[in-house]
Amino acid sequence: MSETAAGIEYTKVAEIKGPLMIIDGITRASFDELVEIETPNKERRLGRVLEVGFGKAVVQVFEGTTGLAITGTKAKFLGKTMQLPVSQELLGRVFDGLGRPNDGLPVPVADKFLDVSGEPMNPERREYPTSFIQTGVSVIDGMLTLVRGQKLPIFSGSGMPHNILAAQIARQAAVVGTKEDFAVVFAAIGVQYSDAQYFKRSLEESGALRRSVLFLNLADDPAIERIITPRVALTVAEYLAFELGMHVLAILTDMTNYAEALREISAAREEVPGRKGYPGYLYTDLANNYERAGRVKGKNGSVTQVPILSMPADDITHPIPDLTGYITEGQIVLGRDLFRKGIYPPVNVLMSLSRLMKDGVGEGKTREDHMEVGNQLYDAYSRAQEVRALAEIVGKAGLTGVDLKYLDAGDMFEDHFLRQGNDENRTLEETLGRAWEVLSTLPEGELTKIKDKNLRQHYKGSK
Amino acid sequence: MEAKGKIVWVSGPAVKADGMSSVKMYETVEVGSTKLIGEVIRLAGDIAFIQVYESTSGLRPGEPVRGTGQPLSVLLGPGVIGKIYDGIQRPLDEIAQKSGSFIGRGVATTPVDMKKKYKFSPAVKVGDEIVGGSVLGFVEETPLLTHSILAPPDHPRGKIIDAAKENTYEIGQVVATTENNGNRLELKMFHKWPVRKPRPYAERFDPSVPLITGQRIIDTYFPIAKGGTGAIPGGFGTGKTVTLHQIAKWADSKVVVYIGCGERGNEMTEVLVEFPHLIDPRSGRPLMERTVLVANTSNMPVAAREASIYTGVTIAEYYRDMGFDVVLVADSTSRWAEALREMSGRLEEMPAEEGYPSYLASRLAEFYERAGRVRALGSPERSGSVTIVGAVSPSGADFTEPVTTHTIRFIKTFWALDTRLAYSRHYPSINWMQSYSGYLEDVSKWWKQNVNAEWYGLRAESYNILQREDTLKEIVRLLGPEALPDEEKLVLEVARMIKIGILQQNSFDKVDTYCSPQKQLKQVRLMVQFYKNSQKALRDGVSLVDIRAMPIITSLLKAKFEVTDEEVSKLDTMEQEMNDQFSKLGQREEVKVLV
Ligand SMILES: Nc1ncnc2c1ncn2[C@@H]1O[C@H](COP(=O)(O)OP(=O)(O)O)[C@@H](O)[C@H]1O
Ligand SMILES: [Mg+2]
Repeated sequence: MSETAAGIEYTKVAEIKGPLMIIDGITRASFDELVEIETPNKERRLGRVLEVGFGKAVVQVFEGTTGLAITGTKAKFLGKTMQLPVSQELLGRVFDGLGRPNDGLPVPVADKFLDVSGEPMNPERREYPTSFIQTGVSVIDGMLTLVRGQKLPIFSGSGMPHNILAAQIARQAAVVGTKEDFAVVFAAIGVQYSDAQYFKRSLEESGALRRSVLFLNLADDPAIERIITPRVALTVAEYLAFELGMHVLAILTDMTNYAEALREISAAREEVPGRKGYPGYLYTDLANNYERAGRVKGKNGSVTQVPILSMPADDITHPIPDLTGYITEGQIVLGRDLFRKGIYPPVNVLMSLSRLMKDGVGEGKTREDHMEVGNQLYDAYSRAQEVRALAEIVGKAGLTGVDLKYLDAGDMFEDHFLRQGNDENRTLEETLGRAWEVLSTLPEGELTKIKDKNLRQHYKGSK
Repeated sequence: MEAKGKIVWVSGPAVKADGMSSVKMYETVEVGSTKLIGEVIRLAGDIAFIQVYESTSGLRPGEPVRGTGQPLSVLLGPGVIGKIYDGIQRPLDEIAQKSGSFIGRGVATTPVDMKKKYKFSPAVKVGDEIVGGSVLGFVEETPLLTHSILAPPDHPRGKIIDAAKENTYEIGQVVATTENNGNRLELKMFHKWPVRKPRPYAERFDPSVPLITGQRIIDTYFPIAKGGTGAIPGGFGTGKTVTLHQIAKWADSKVVVYIGCGERGNEMTEVLVEFPHLIDPRSGRPLMERTVLVANTSNMPVAAREASIYTGVTIAEYYRDMGFDVVLVADSTSRWAEALREMSGRLEEMPAEEGYPSYLASRLAEFYERAGRVRALGSPERSGSVTIVGAVSPSGADFTEPVTTHTIRFIKTFWALDTRLAYSRHYPSINWMQSYSGYLEDVSKWWKQNVNAEWYGLRAESYNILQREDTLKEIVRLLGPEALPDEEKLVLEVARMIKIGILQQNSFDKVDTYCSPQKQLKQVRLMVQFYKNSQKALRDGVSLVDIRAMPIITSLLKAKFEVTDEEVSKLDTMEQEMNDQFSKLGQREEVKVLV
């Protein structure tokens, strides 16, 4: 963007609607260009060009348009897209949702300026993720394995302990056999102060804050800023991973607020909506964030993403969880029933999935029986759920002997395998041991997903 | 004369330029001073509406736009196999060499290596008459594939007045010169073809040979024919991609075109990592030697996603024209439809359902219509096929949404993925009650001639058990299984065995990932045999409890991964063993009766 007449100020604001400002009489502005806006009382805001024609530009104002006026508002086109200064000094720091210091300390000295939108990673240069991350949480390690470079979201609902689980993962995550610690990039997107604070404290207590970077857009911060928050966070994550060679865990919470900001802009632009008023490009837009995870050939680092989103009305078919599930490499779904039963972590395993588990486990990586055990646990718990539903109707008397065994296995699964403390860090051996204890309550002939060889070695039940 | 205009408006991938009255619809244009590639998709006065295949960030009104005079085309010739392209046939490896790990803009590339030399063996000589589509010669493109060098389909009839000798050449080499009424035309080892124009053929046939995929639920229950069309719709995580990967890996076709259209980068990487190491069971060669990848992942520019489908299918047709069976899989056609929707929205067209443009249905029809089994143009006579399988990603897994409902109208095999099956880890989660195949009768002859005449009957008998179970399930849900008579409980039991032993197939198990037609048939026969034996045993007074306790059941259920294709005769032994166990059960009953 060499030819823009950066620095020219425009004063002809033609229209202000919602988060948008339409400026007239422009001679040179480019698509996606960063705009600095000065309000009548000399306050500065940032915006970005969404659409540009001869003489006219539509600008999205991150801090919102409250207080802007048709007369007296000035806009300066900065001749560049939105960029973030990055350097190692970012570690241990706290920023606002647009990447400006929020901790009273000065702006870090930049090593580089990076465009916050990033560029698509070339699939030919991706390194396929295969390193098992031990989270110490049985249900994840045993059945929903996370691997380095994966994007695995938590689908939650209001009041459920997604933050506790994400913080537990952030504290405990380790790649077995290496000493490398994860750096944590945390983006709060429209969440409450107490949630952000909980995270910060948790990182502090575990000593991880030194290797963390926090971006905070809280519930009372400008909504449109949320469009940028995950982008600045992921820009930093990519920088730490691919320029400094660190293994980064990026936690983005809550992506539902992000999608809502997007909807607000789309509505203001009077675009034809897709489902539930969300723009037709919601999928592509979410993908532009979620795809910023992975590993790159020839580089040491990795970006592992754990986005968190709350499902409106616990509905997994709502466009936000739905489109997210289509993009991410699985999902950890929290279940209201288990939560009510007081089980932590209340992971609804049947609705959950880790698409990359198959690549991160097995002989030479974890243990030969790992995948089969995981599959069999799914199978057993799914049967147990069916039998439970049946028992509700016909009573236990209407069940066959095998069905009764499944009932027991289901209970044991929830109490002995799924349930654990939020600071309990289990080894993989312990997790698989517990899994076999659950499976051993079933007759051997029921374990049809496990090879005879592994059965002989681990099965402790009776025929 | 090539059009020269100026940008007047930019919004995401959509650009308007004026001064473009001489540009043609679907002409490619260079947009802006960085020469981004775009395509004209609407004309109004001297304003051209352009979709730009690269990020338009930083583009501004006033920048130049230049017509190229050419429609969006692909280069067809040796060197295409084994490549990974973006949506407009730019090789991703070359882009990586020029712009690093992240995809930059305005990177100039060539689709194939123009410097690579191939050994060319001529098929025509001076004096021969050729027409469009005729074979001019052959080169070994990969050890798996002898590539026919074709005259472009629109080449006029002409006499060869000069022909290259057998030798090694770069693909830019003129290998034949024709003359017609004094017009001379030079033919190279490659030609270009516009992606939006189906390649013509001489004649179309009805598909009748099944595409063998090694997936039991597909081959045995819902087969697709070579040259046929199929769709696999399903919510997220139900197994669309895994199924398409399985087809790309194991289908008995000569060439595979895999289009990753608006999906994950890692899934393309997975193919790139896996395929060079996977060995084709028929030829013993790495699968990459027959595969072409077109990758426009979800975070790559959305307009190129729209084009990727056409780029892929044109490449597929080209190999079809050599007389090969080609399989094209597209994951996911819904993302392509969304790209259409996004462009249409930016151009403020009148939307139809859910914001999709009104031409969604006709575009889908045109795409699936490019599948088929055909006799190619020109000589010698040869026939080939393009089979198209498209994944569909319905929002909220709701099959009544527009992309699914329109797709269903244009395909003949329907594999309906079921979220509930996926939740219970029944993979592939293809619902056997909702799915169908329009090729069943057509392919039964092949099974009869090549595997066993029993196929059709065994398929029907086993399917019948599943259908009965489906009705009984309702009663069980209300009253519990104990409310059923033993004969019906038996149906439930055998249906369970068919589900676990046959319908479920683990793609990630070394053995189970591919199941030969012979093994499929024997497995089904075992199940049907088990059912018949059990029915008889029940009539003879054997209790269902005793039948359920038979040790053979576990062997039947695990045969899929414990018995390899090479040891398929073990299944005959298993049948013997089963019969023995049944006769022992029967004898015990007789003893009881005597006592
Ligand atoms: N045939 C199969 N065998 C084993 N696992 C499967 C199979 N099909 C699907 N899966 C499991 O389901 C997950 C999701 O499948 P995928 O094809 O990626 O879903 P979709 O493309 O429909 O979103 C896979 O990661 C894998 O764990
Ligand atoms: Mg998929």
